[in-house]
Amino acid sequence: MADDANSRPPLPVGQVPALHVHHISLRLGDASILEDVSFDLAAGEFLAIVGPNGAGKSTLVKVVLGLKTPQKGHALIFGQPAGVEPKRLGYVPQLKTFDRTFPATAEELVITGLRQSWPARVRSDEAELAAVALERVGAGPLARRPLARLSGGELQRAYLARALVRRPELVMLDEPATGVDYLAEHDLYDLLETYQADSGATIVMVTHDLSAARYHASQVLVINRRVHGYGSPEVVMSEECLEQAFGHRHHAHALSV
Amino acid sequence: MSIFEALAFPFFQRALFAGLAIAVMAGLLGVFVVQRRLSFLGDGLAHAAFGGMGIGAFVIVAADLAGSQMGLVNHPILIALPFSMLAALVIAWLRRGTRLSSDTAIGVSFAVSVALGVLLFSLIPPDANLGVSAMDLLFGSILGVRASDLWLIVAVAVLASALLLRLWGRLGYATFDDELARGDGINTDRLELVLFLTAAVIIAVSASVVGIILMAAYLVIPAAAARLLARTLAQMTVLAVLIGLVSTVAGLALSFYLDVPSGATIVLTQAALFVPAALFGRR
Repeated sequence: MADDANSRPPLPVGQVPALHVHHISLRLGDASILEDVSFDLAAGEFLAIVGPNGAGKSTLVKVVLGLKTPQKGHALIFGQPAGVEPKRLGYVPQLKTFDRTFPATAEELVITGLRQSWPARVRSDEAELAAVALERVGAGPLARRPLARLSGGELQRAYLARALVRRPELVMLDEPATGVDYLAEHDLYDLLETYQADSGATIVMVTHDLSAARYHASQVLVINRRVHGYGSPEVVMSEECLEQAFGHRHHAHALSV
Repeated sequence: MSIFEALAFPFFQRALFAGLAIAVMAGLLGVFVVQRRLSFLGDGLAHAAFGGMGIGAFVIVAADLAGSQMGLVNHPILIALPFSMLAALVIAWLRRGTRLSSDTAIGVSFAVSVALGVLLFSLIPPDANLGVSAMDLLFGSILGVRASDLWLIVAVAVLASALLLRLWGRLGYATFDDELARGDGINTDRLELVLFLTAAVIIAVSASVVGIILMAAYLVIPAAAARLLARTLAQMTVLAVLIGLVSTVAGLALSFYLDVPSGATIVLTQAALFVPAALFGRR
């Protein structure tokens, strides 16, 4: 790990980090996916997790969410294990996991964010909250539309509305810009930054887009199985650090400013 | 004779009530089976019930020949039921605990159970009067439902339907996206196990009375037709139950007027409802 690229000051004493990742190691069979990954993220930050394909970025998010169990280490969200207070967290998964044959409307998807179960009947108060959430992400007219008929960008907005409808203190997004055009991607970052400014929420985003990390994140974690750098984009996204993580100079040159 | 006169016969009443009870619980279960792409599970568990009935029949006959009483275990279903539940647990474990996909896991259980059933039924003397035979189990006879069978089916239908309705919201969420549901604190592994065990009980009890083929049809066809018509999971659930109920009544009535086998007519009535749903349903 590059020492200068991991010189992020520790959190003030007594402050509970939004995210505490403690020496996490995870293996799948013979393959090492994560090796001794540790970091603390203060509340109110916008963290981008970057790294090459297969670096363990999505796996790290799943460990934090409690969806995968590491062999070593643990993660805490606001001082508690995942699942203890799920409503403090809004998660936007990768869209590739979505089942297009499932009979559902965008409104129902958003309401799962309120109920933590699938709605049989939509109550009027829930419909109102879902409408506000969809409106906020620019998807108001989609409420009653079947999910199967939404485009990639529209679906992304519906998932974002689902994550934000519960007013989470931590928003986690896994490759949110995949399959979304440039304008929709631009809107997505605007929405996230507006939500963060309004609510003071912490945002954690896995991305393969180094430019997005540089321009939108306040903190960047560079990983390739292990942590190669953690800190502000200006410090971490140096040629040396990116070259270490990505194994070649292409990405570093692409970002040189 | 009109259908109303036929309804005066106890055997016809039992067939109707057994069919309606199966339609309700199979419709509720079928929604999750179809959406989870587990249609083959119904077949696999029905054939596991066949293997279990073979073991049950063999054990009872063998005990009888040896001169010992089996006490409470006097019907093969009492062995078929735990056997099917065991098969469900094995399938669930093969799915989660190994790299095998559902269809492969079910296929293994399917083949072993049928082989076991065929082998054991062949060893039973033809004069052993157990009230079940291999042919009855495969093709069934809904008109042959006995009073004790009907009570068993109604009891299972009430309990299983209550459980599925209670878990509906969580099952729907986990069926839509397992990760989102787990992220919200739902134990989806345990939920799937409960679903599989409930399926094993519904399928074993129903298949032992109305036959494997009719049971498999009740599980998949109404839910599949409902999927083609519904806009939401709740609509799909209501429609699956309704299609099952309508096809039971219409199938029994048609079989009565046409003087053809009832079980096969019910299956074909379900298919007759499925075809327009496939042709004109939502795309």
